[in-house]
Amino acid sequence: MIALLLRDLTLAFRAGGGFGLGLAFFLLVAVLVPLGVGPESGILAIIAPGILWVGALLASLLSLDRIFALDHEDGSLDLLATAPLPLEGVVAIKALAHWLVTGLALTLVAPLLAVLLNLPAAGYPWLLLSLAVGTPALSVIGAFGATLTIGLRRGGLLLSLLVLPLYVPTLVFGAEVARRGAAGMALATPLALLAAITAGSLALLPFAAAAAIRVNLR
Amino acid sequence: MSIWEFANPRNFMRISGRMLPWFAALAVLTLATGLIWGFFFTPDDYKQGATVKILFIHVPAAMMAINAWIMMLVTSLIWVIRRHHVSALAARAAAPAGLTFTLIALVTGALWGQPMWNTWWEWDPRLTSFLILCLFYLGYIALWSAIEDPEAAADLTGILCIVGSVFAVLSRYAVKFWNQGLHQDSTILKVGEEDPLDVAYYVPLVISIVGFVFFFIVIVLLRTRMLIRARRLIALEARERVG
Repeated sequence: MIALLLRDLTLAFRAGGGFGLGLAFFLLVAVLVPLGVGPESGILAIIAPGILWVGALLASLLSLDRIFALDHEDGSLDLLATAPLPLEGVVAIKALAHWLVTGLALTLVAPLLAVLLNLPAAGYPWLLLSLAVGTPALSVIGAFGATLTIGLRRGGLLLSLLVLPLYVPTLVFGAEVARRGAAGMALATPLALLAAITAGSLALLPFAAAAAIRVNLR
Repeated sequence: MSIWEFANPRNFMRISGRMLPWFAALAVLTLATGLIWGFFFTPDDYKQGATVKILFIHVPAAMMAINAWIMMLVTSLIWVIRRHHVSALAARAAAPAGLTFTLIALVTGALWGQPMWNTWWEWDPRLTSFLILCLFYLGYIALWSAIEDPEAAADLTGILCIVGSVFAVLSRYAVKFWNQGLHQDSTILKVGEEDPLDVAYYVPLVISIVGFVFFFIVIVLLRTRMLIRARRLIALEARERVG
């Protein structure tokens, strides 16, 4: 399992692995929104949590099709399927690798971008916490979506159509935590629900994803 | 006779072919009664005027949009568990009908919302959930048409439908949490309570709901038969090429 995790991480960091791409995309979103909305700091402060959450969501969407498609093309997915490691474990490890490369990195740079968007000072810890709790769900849900489109030549666009509706609850609760945090309101309820979505999808979706991989390898 | 007899495509074709004209006649009869009664023989509402008559399309379409998804969930489960091909094809057949009902509900809702709430669109939980439901339908239909191998397509869309149902319910409660609404609560099941739906509207509404149900059954049967025939054609062509 650890070997597989290290392999996926190495592949992601090597040239063309897409590690920097997600972060650069996130930065671009944070730069483009003020350019589009206008430089007024009051408005930016209100929309900052939502923009950062949507940006993080889209950035993690970018690299989803790499999770399984490349392995399917060069045949290593067949090897993984015949390996002693259960396929559910493979999915979980690959989602973990995806999260370490995108979700965790996005969480860590989010405060920097929040400065650009003039987020109120009270919001920083809650933004960090909501992203740290919510982005694992994005990676697992995305990994599940990626397994559905493994066999397709140009599955990228279809993948986003399949995955984005599944992201709705995570986005609603995640952005709500960050928004309430910035406004100084009580946020225990959305935070608990966000954590519940993450825990639930971590526990259940690897099974659905493994079933989809088995269908694709049949 | 067990219900699984229908899972045999030949039996399904025979029985559904015999039942289809009856269902079609019932659909025409109930839809015509419900809608004509609703449009022309109910009084105008004292506040809403004639726009209240959008009710007779809006509510049945919205109900069927959800019911179609539930039917797809059940047939997908039957396919995943018992692997009856007719079941998978019925799920595929229901999806475009469900999408259309969702769009009808959204469009009639917008037309109704304009005079009543003075806005075409509002990020109200019910409206938002329907928009999300619409996206789920789109993804499901797109996945069906993207995968060539019929069995793999049935399996993968089945998995998507099951997982999607869970997330659709989650989204419903998420958007409820996210914004309190403008849309009124359902009044159909409030007969005994205060502020019920008036009987003058209630009877034609129920008839037109029944009409929409029959209409949906007719469309699903027609499309399932069409898909079974398409599958047979592919099989015939493959046999020709071999032979």
